[in-house]
Amino acid sequence: MPNSRQATRFEDTVLPHLDAAYNLARWLTRNHHDAEDVMQDAFLRAFRFFGGCRPGDARPWLLRIVRNAAYDWLRANRPAELCSLDEHGLEHGNGPGDDPDCVLDGRTAAPDDPETHAMKEAERRLVNRLIADLPVAYREVIVLRELNDLSYREIAGIAGVPMGTVMSRLSRARQMLQAAWDATNATEGPRGL
Amino acid sequence: MDCSDTRRLIDASLDGELDLPAQLALEAHTAACAACREAYARRRALVRRVRVGGESFAMPDALRRRLLDSLPQGEPSPNPVPAPVRRWPWGKAWSWPWAWLTGGLSLASAALAVALTLVVIMPGRDAALERDLVDAHLRSLMADHLTDVPSSDRHTVKPWFNGRIDLSPPVPDLAEQGFPLAGGRLDYVDGRPVAVLVYRRARHVINLFVWPEPADPADAPRFRGAQGYNVLHWTGPGLALWAVSDLNRGELEDFQRLWSQASRSS
Ligand SMILES: [Zn+2]
Repeated sequence: MPNSRQATRFEDTVLPHLDAAYNLARWLTRNHHDAEDVMQDAFLRAFRFFGGCRPGDARPWLLRIVRNAAYDWLRANRPAELCSLDEHGLEHGNGPGDDPDCVLDGRTAAPDDPETHAMKEAERRLVNRLIADLPVAYREVIVLRELNDLSYREIAGIAGVPMGTVMSRLSRARQMLQAAWDATNATEGPRGL
Repeated sequence: MDCSDTRRLIDASLDGELDLPAQLALEAHTAACAACREAYARRRALVRRVRVGGESFAMPDALRRRLLDSLPQGEPSPNPVPAPVRRWPWGKAWSWPWAWLTGGLSLASAALAVALTLVVIMPGRDAALERDLVDAHLRSLMADHLTDVPSSDRHTVKPWFNGRIDLSPPVPDLAEQGFPLAGGRLDYVDGRPVAVLVYRRARHVINLFVWPEPADPADAPRFRGAQGYNVLHWTGPGLALWAVSDLNRGELEDFQRLWSQASRSS
């Protein structure tokens, strides 16, 4: 397949996005070992089908391949994780004030605020555990949106779903995270001590 | 905008995906409604917490090396998937052909890949593609998704595609003929990026999808209706063109004729 010039072009195109690709594989499989399997599969697919990649779109193109490889891997190894999305309907309303102690004032938590940077280690662990606990279709949109900062349109292209679905999944994923966060803090006391 | 609309749109607002009128309406409501203001602040705090606390895993160096070492060396066979678009007859869910190749089959088999490219040259392939195109058309009509580069100036729209897609589509100006340019965007059709030129006719929107494809001389313009929309397909030099609109058939065919003439002379 690609001759050496193409191989060089492949490396130039794909290498800058390998961290994002690995991060997605790691989050979808939830451990390094399986992410490695997925990445090896995805990398071969990417190489073999490099002709389908348009310049300037390498990132969504590669992420889509990784995403599909991860889903294939899950289908083969942990099919239970791909259960129907309908099971994960909204058990919780999204009304405000369920837990007034947990309300954070957005204005005091600006990105440059030292308090934000000094997020407590316990909170950080909790956030990551809650993301990992999301069903895969919701985890996927959270990772692509919050960690990779992709737009709804880009996420739609990667996940192969309409943008309206991206919007509703993301919204539902955040509601689940919020409900889980509130529930944890209600049982373990004020947030993250 | 009432409370339930507001709650539904908080996420899109935080993500910068609302169009301006909706954003302003949401802001007006939250300014007046303490409960929604609080819901907005809670959600914003959550998003921040996830963004600050969520871990981004960097690829371990050992894996990076292993992947690079695993690249096949010096195989001279031609690329099994040529750059031009393929239309996968089985539609969205399978728009990546190698989804078939898992489950124990060797991915290294170029022969298989070649066999797959033959499978796609089959009648009936257009139905799934048309569904995709109409879906893309519908998505474009959602808030703020019509254009990435809103401009009636073809000298702005045409260069915008440079570096974003490996295609420089002709962008004729048809304002005098009653089809003003509204802009351009990238969209995904069959899981791959394509160029879209957006024209208007009165209050109607025409999405013209363009991608590189070897011309088929037998390919005369073909007209179809799909899901209540009109779809017109034709080919230009090395290009596949698909216009999707709620415009009536006669006017869409006028558009096709004018566009083709003007793109030849421009
Ligand atoms: Zn309200």
